[in-house]
Amino acid sequence: MPFIPHTEEDISTMLASIGANTIEDLFDEIPPALKSGSLKALPGLSEMEISRLMQERAEVDGRYLNFIGAGAYEHHIPAAVWQITTRGEFYSSYTPYQAEASQGTLQLLYEYQTMMASLTGMDVSNASMYDGASALAEAALMAVRSHKSSRRILMPTTVHPIYRRVVRAIVKNQGIEVVEIPYCAECGHTLAESLAPYAGQDIAALVIPQPNFFGVLEPVDALTDWAHDNNALAIGVVNPMALALLTPPGEWGSTGADVAVGEGQPLGIPLSSGGPYFGFMACKQSLVRQMPGRIIGRTTDLDGKTGFVLTLQAREQHIRRSKATSNICTNQGLMVTAATIYMSLLGPEGLRRVAAQSHANTVALVEQLETLKGVKRIFSGPLFHEAAVTLPAPAGAVLQTLKAQGILAGLDLGEHYPELGNALLVCATETKIADDLKKYVEHLGRVLA
Amino acid sequence: MLIFEHSRPGRRNYSQSPTTAAETSNIPQNLLRKTPPLLPEVSEMDTVRHYTRLSQLNFSIDTQFYPLGSCTMKYNPRACNSLAMLPQFLARHPLAPEDTGQGFLACMYELQEILKDVTGMAGVSLTPMAGAQGELVGVAMIRAYHEARGDYARTEIIVPDAAHGTNPATAVMCGYTVVEIPTGKEGDVDMAALKAAVGPKTAGLMLTNPSTLGIFEKNIAEMSRIVHEAGGLLYYDGANLNAILGKVKPGDMGFDVIHINLHKTFSTPHGGGGPGSAPVGVAERLLPFMPVPIVAFEQGTYRWLTEKEIPQSIGRLSAHMGNAGVLLRAYIYIRLLGAEGMYRVAEFATLNANYLMAELSKAGFEIAYPTRRASHEFIVTLKDLKEKTGVTAMNVAKRLLDKGYHAPTTYFPMLVPECLLIEPAETESKQTLDAFISSMKEILAEAHAQPEMVKGAPHTTPVRKLDDVKAAREPDLTWKQSS
Repeated sequence: MPFIPHTEEDISTMLASIGANTIEDLFDEIPPALKSGSLKALPGLSEMEISRLMQERAEVDGRYLNFIGAGAYEHHIPAAVWQITTRGEFYSSYTPYQAEASQGTLQLLYEYQTMMASLTGMDVSNASMYDGASALAEAALMAVRSHKSSRRILMPTTVHPIYRRVVRAIVKNQGIEVVEIPYCAECGHTLAESLAPYAGQDIAALVIPQPNFFGVLEPVDALTDWAHDNNALAIGVVNPMALALLTPPGEWGSTGADVAVGEGQPLGIPLSSGGPYFGFMACKQSLVRQMPGRIIGRTTDLDGKTGFVLTLQAREQHIRRSKATSNICTNQGLMVTAATIYMSLLGPEGLRRVAAQSHANTVALVEQLETLKGVKRIFSGPLFHEAAVTLPAPAGAVLQTLKAQGILAGLDLGEHYPELGNALLVCATETKIADDLKKYVEHLGRVLA
Repeated sequence: MLIFEHSRPGRRNYSQSPTTAAETSNIPQNLLRKTPPLLPEVSEMDTVRHYTRLSQLNFSIDTQFYPLGSCTMKYNPRACNSLAMLPQFLARHPLAPEDTGQGFLACMYELQEILKDVTGMAGVSLTPMAGAQGELVGVAMIRAYHEARGDYARTEIIVPDAAHGTNPATAVMCGYTVVEIPTGKEGDVDMAALKAAVGPKTAGLMLTNPSTLGIFEKNIAEMSRIVHEAGGLLYYDGANLNAILGKVKPGDMGFDVIHINLHKTFSTPHGGGGPGSAPVGVAERLLPFMPVPIVAFEQGTYRWLTEKEIPQSIGRLSAHMGNAGVLLRAYIYIRLLGAEGMYRVAEFATLNANYLMAELSKAGFEIAYPTRRASHEFIVTLKDLKEKTGVTAMNVAKRLLDKGYHAPTTYFPMLVPECLLIEPAETESKQTLDAFISSMKEILAEAHAQPEMVKGAPHTTPVRKLDDVKAAREPDLTWKQSS
């Protein structure tokens, strides 16, 4: 019996102790009419058999030379990251409610909070959200709670299109209005003048992506100051890898953004078909009691020894029930474990080099792509490690042909931004070498010729 | 010692980042960071030692028994982890075309089908990333259903007082008012109170069955009739599905929507607080509102259904398709069990719980609902012990840590005073349970003989009782360079 250790003797002794004849007797309080027919036939497999099946399926999926980013980025992950993360003591431990039995996880989370607060330039960080998209939705809810009068969020269309959908799905039942702000067709970022129609109105928050979905860098200082001039919170939605190079949200404009959220995946989490990743959320001290999710604090024990606990729990559902800041309970603890180990191994200079190399590779890729006739970067704004390029042929067909050559050549922007025509979003992280770029450009040249 | 305290300026791991520092002159100066982030500058070996040592300060299923009620802390088979981490699965980009992920999508499609069968529901979506998000999705679908029929008068969700905190918190996130109903003496929902609570304002009822009191709601069919006749829908919180897996299907109990905690019943790891995964199952009438994406199998090919095919969908809850790697682990676990193995999960979880309840009762512990069968968990109340000795449920829980056991869930459900909610999952042997029973007997004796010692527990953990009040009053949430 898989994973059940009971011997026949154990079973009979246990039933005798209970005073039951059979195991089935233990279900005698369930009305017979409710008892189900049997499950569909499904033979149990041995570990050898399931290993073979999964390996076959993995081989069906194969490996590709990948130039897709769009919110999930391929970076090198040091071997130590997942070897330590999958140690049973991290992998199979529970949420650290019993602090004395969870000091490993709790201290790690305190270190994580410190790293994320510093990376974002904020005062405090929570211990994680589900992913970047849901973290942005929670930030919008947090802004509405703290603003009190307004239930309106300004959302540039340069924010990841799926993030915008997730925010809508999560906030719509609370009567919150999400207003989309158009981008500059030439520069590819949000202009302060696009916000002018909303000046002086009651607004809870302005969302500011950095870099934005097109890979373009937004004028974060002007946007943050606009939000504050209009009594709105500034919510930065940022790529944590980019923050090794870029001004952190806490330093945007004259007083800094109020909340920073984003997708933590670039920090040591594999692409893995979209999850599990983790969302991060950091904020200014004044907003900490509005923050959702777990927060870890440092304290002392009976002997005065330093230790760590879950704290400020009066915000949370298990204490406050219907008055909690969010319903979030389980979050993405193990992913944060990996990210903390990743950031420790990379350090400030290592992380900066990965970010810089990703930037430089994308700049080089765009330069080389632009040597092909009819291929051109669409926007003039500065980029981080991703770029929108226009093609002289239908993007879908081009992607299809390159895929047959083993290359995933980028994301077709047509579905979300039909106004851009035949457009691809491409990304070359530090994992790409000169030969990879050359291969991509040569194959694309052949397809377009 | 914190990782930051191992740090020395200029120390780095040369193997772990590009050997040269690339140009960034294309980025305008005003957008560049002025000071580096506070990340540790430590060697690879420092990092490995530091985090390995931290791991050793944790309790975990791999090292301890966790009789933690409502959490279903069963063994997490190692094969589930290693096979979900095959390099092709890890390397696959979420936006890569469907034809480059047919192996992965086959697993997801089969998982949807198996979960439909296990729950007796008409459709399953895998996207919610934890139980609370599954609840959010479920209640949002209930709302979408009423609104699609032009019924905007339903503003209330009914929740029993014994429910998990996520239930009322979720209802509020979906814009509903929460109506709490009490529990009767035998542990079932108070039927008179339910009848009084339902009406034209009722959007739905959220229920866990077996309940958080560890007993099967005998009146479930009647409850279903009452709520449905009032025009409301029934939400099943799948937190306790382990107790009835393969025995009773929530769909047969009349539930319209359900979430399943894969990190409980289907053995995906708790990871120190996630990632979880909570697929939702729906009855026929909620199919049009399911969250996307959902995997379809047509003409021999797997593909994603999106808002295009399901235009009334409540939408998306994550940037991609949810916690794919967790879903893979659950799929592998289910294939290892097979149908026979799934029946046995409920049987042996129930056997373990009833055995432990019987033995603890014989040892002098007061069972909160002694006339009832335990489901996969049960409640001990230490009200008398506290009156006689001053030793509380929390003290007993902490003393168990000294004995090498994780504590049971304490002070939940809130309606039972000084309670321990105890759940011994099916993967624990009789010998482990017997050792635990011996330790509980010892603690009972200690509580009478040396109550002060028990109140001072734990004594052998890496730290002793921590000052929660200080942590909340003077929050120290990040390390500062000068501190």
